[in-house]
Amino acid sequence: MKYIEEYRDADLTRKLLDDLRRAITRPWTLMEVCGGQTHSIIKTGLDQMLPEQIALIHGPGCPVCVTPLELIDKAIALASRPDVIFTSYGDMLRVPGSGRDLFAVKAAGGDVRIVYSPLDALEIAKANPQKIVVFFAIGFETTAPANAMAVVQAQAQKIPNFAVLVSHVTVPAAITALMESPDVRVDGFLAAGHVCTVMGTWEYEPLAEKYNIPIVVTGFEPVDILHGILDCVRALEASEHPVSNAYARAVTRDGNRPAQAVIQRVFEMTDRAWRGIGVIPMSGYKLRPEFAAFDAELRFPEVQAIETKESPLCISGLVLQGIKKPVECPAFGKQCTPQTPLGATMVSSEGACAAYYRYGRLGK
Amino acid sequence: MPEKINLLGWTCPVPLQNYPTIVMGHGAGGKMMSDLIEHLFAPAFDNPLLAQMGDATALDLPPGKAAFTTDSFVVSPLFFPGGDIGELAVNGTVNDLAMRGAKPLYLSAGFILEEGLAMDDLGRLVTSMAAAARAAGVQVATGDTKVVQKGHGDGLYINTSGIGVIPAGIEIGPEQARPGDVVLVSGTLGDHGIAIMSVREGLRFETEIRSDTAPLNGLVEAMINAAGGRRPPLPNSLHCLRDATRGGLSAVLNELAGVSKVGIEFDEKAVPLRPEVNAACEMLGLDPFYIANEGKLVAIVDKGAAEAVLEAMRKHVYGKDAALIGKVVEAHPGLVTARTTIGGMRVVDLPAGELLPRIC
Amino acid sequence: MCLGIPGKVIELFESNGMKMARIDFGGVVKEACMEYLPEIKLGDYTIIHVGFGLSILDEQEAMETLDLLKQIDALGGEEGFAA
Repeated sequence: MKYIEEYRDADLTRKLLDDLRRAITRPWTLMEVCGGQTHSIIKTGLDQMLPEQIALIHGPGCPVCVTPLELIDKAIALASRPDVIFTSYGDMLRVPGSGRDLFAVKAAGGDVRIVYSPLDALEIAKANPQKIVVFFAIGFETTAPANAMAVVQAQAQKIPNFAVLVSHVTVPAAITALMESPDVRVDGFLAAGHVCTVMGTWEYEPLAEKYNIPIVVTGFEPVDILHGILDCVRALEASEHPVSNAYARAVTRDGNRPAQAVIQRVFEMTDRAWRGIGVIPMSGYKLRPEFAAFDAELRFPEVQAIETKESPLCISGLVLQGIKKPVECPAFGKQCTPQTPLGATMVSSEGACAAYYRYGRLGK
Repeated sequence: MPEKINLLGWTCPVPLQNYPTIVMGHGAGGKMMSDLIEHLFAPAFDNPLLAQMGDATALDLPPGKAAFTTDSFVVSPLFFPGGDIGELAVNGTVNDLAMRGAKPLYLSAGFILEEGLAMDDLGRLVTSMAAAARAAGVQVATGDTKVVQKGHGDGLYINTSGIGVIPAGIEIGPEQARPGDVVLVSGTLGDHGIAIMSVREGLRFETEIRSDTAPLNGLVEAMINAAGGRRPPLPNSLHCLRDATRGGLSAVLNELAGVSKVGIEFDEKAVPLRPEVNAACEMLGLDPFYIANEGKLVAIVDKGAAEAVLEAMRKHVYGKDAALIGKVVEAHPGLVTARTTIGGMRVVDLPAGELLPRIC
Repeated sequence: MCLGIPGKVIELFESNGMKMARIDFGGVVKEACMEYLPEIKLGDYTIIHVGFGLSILDEQEAMETLDLLKQIDALGGEEGFAA
């Protein structure tokens, strides 16, 4: 596949690893923000090929990991209603709420359907006028334009039986929260490449300046990730803290203006709870009042009263921030395994806990 | 003759023409049900065993150890690119027998029909099953039909049980893998699962990919001959055989590693994959090694016999793209690892439940 | 997050008032919404995420970067920090 194979080239990967080994003189801790990057790193085994001086922390860049327990419970409550068809991206179906997950709701007779695109959810609404189709609008800024378009179209095409359960989170606020936390020690960030195709890179300039950290916009294939790490390490070695673009084939400083415009039109910034981390101010999106008719939480006010019980054993928040390692969790490998996950970092196949579990069995 | 139902190659489907869909009466044991058997099932399968029409069929078994297996088929949709549930129901059970080195002989076929299933569809599926049985060299010797109320089934569920005979000297089983053995696959992986996904609601995409459903008993026989299994005192070099159905390559290798208490390592680049399957996996965020196949097997053979077995596979219509993909090792017993495309290493776990497309 | 895959635009059309395209991902074809890429043309490569095109791939930029990465001691010094 064009634009993929070239960036998985084994020879170029080895060559960049050599460049990295030559460039690095002391230990550096980097955080890659995006779950997709984590997935790629683990899937290719790249993390084990990096020079020892590099510590890579897998940041809170995965909607599966950071969607608050409360929202999962709300999703489950809505999906259990006989008048609702609950639609979602595949990722969310296995995430456990306080009691069960969306799969269990499906097994109990709930109409839960996986969709590839939010426009598919809209089509389901059109085809089922007697039911209300609720779409689980999760994701970072990358997914926001798509989720926003579904709402815009629902309004334009006059589809009254459509609502969205919004749980959007944004990256810059997360980076701020991480840098403000006294326990977090990150020297540089690999910013999420696809978030930046939408939002551009300019939002990160004040952050790099304020916290004296290099932020490198990075892609997803092994060559891209090594490119990002190389740029970041070189900046650190030179005591510089730029925002640089290692994914220039897809990302520009301005980003995608039409997409940003529609996000602005449909959503406004709001405080959001990040699972395990807590509330980060102005770190997410919610629907603007003019789209209230499509807000699932307003449509079904009973879900607003949902109470949440996080597992007292789960420390996924500390893991997501890189403060604790999975093996330091008392429940790790005992009550909490990929088959019986207590928190999102074990559910998600690229969650740090799931990854550690897999490699831990190798004795590493 | 009034309005004719277009049911291929049937003899006199006249009584069925009054019922364009299955109704509860077709499972009630009365005239409607016997009409269904007489005018649909029996003509399709058409063999002297079934013609006994007894509550049980009396069989002759050749000498050797009997092999017995059962499988139920619940795929939806019933018809998909490259096949249908009828073909799957035959090939799946034939293959289970073949994976023990048995020669498949007889199948039973139990049908659970949902009220409302189109007679046309049932006709096509049964015809397809019959054709698959003939192609595999097996006979459907006995059967059963039940009807469930609308909403209680996906149109049609089929259970097939199969009887075969394992010739003397054949010892193929999941506990037989030994360090030093090599791992072979019979062709491209992921075709069936992707073909199903491409017609699945909410995910539809255009692709040339078709299900690979196929009977593998002929291929297995060729492999056994090449491995010297039928010629004692030559030691049997074909140690394990598994068809890579649900859970794909990963499920098979993990099971074998677990039962044999060995480690397995394979090379991702060596696994044959159609470019379109690869593209579909990229698009949906799926791992091709977890995707179901319905006409592919994994074999673990003694290193010395590998070349001969591979050659025999490649000469067979269902093994054209056979490849050597890995080896059995002493290290990390029970675990499967893969050498990645960039030369790194990853642990390949058992897939956790249903395979889902992801955005993350 | 953000599984985004590059694909080639092989057809442009309209549906429900939205600009759409058929995208070829190396043998698999699926529709995607092009509302966010008004300047998209046939033959362009775009990154698709959940059925939406978000960015047009810049072939020139891609080639230049790859060339640079392949050079011995690639991106040593200031050239590495192109923003």
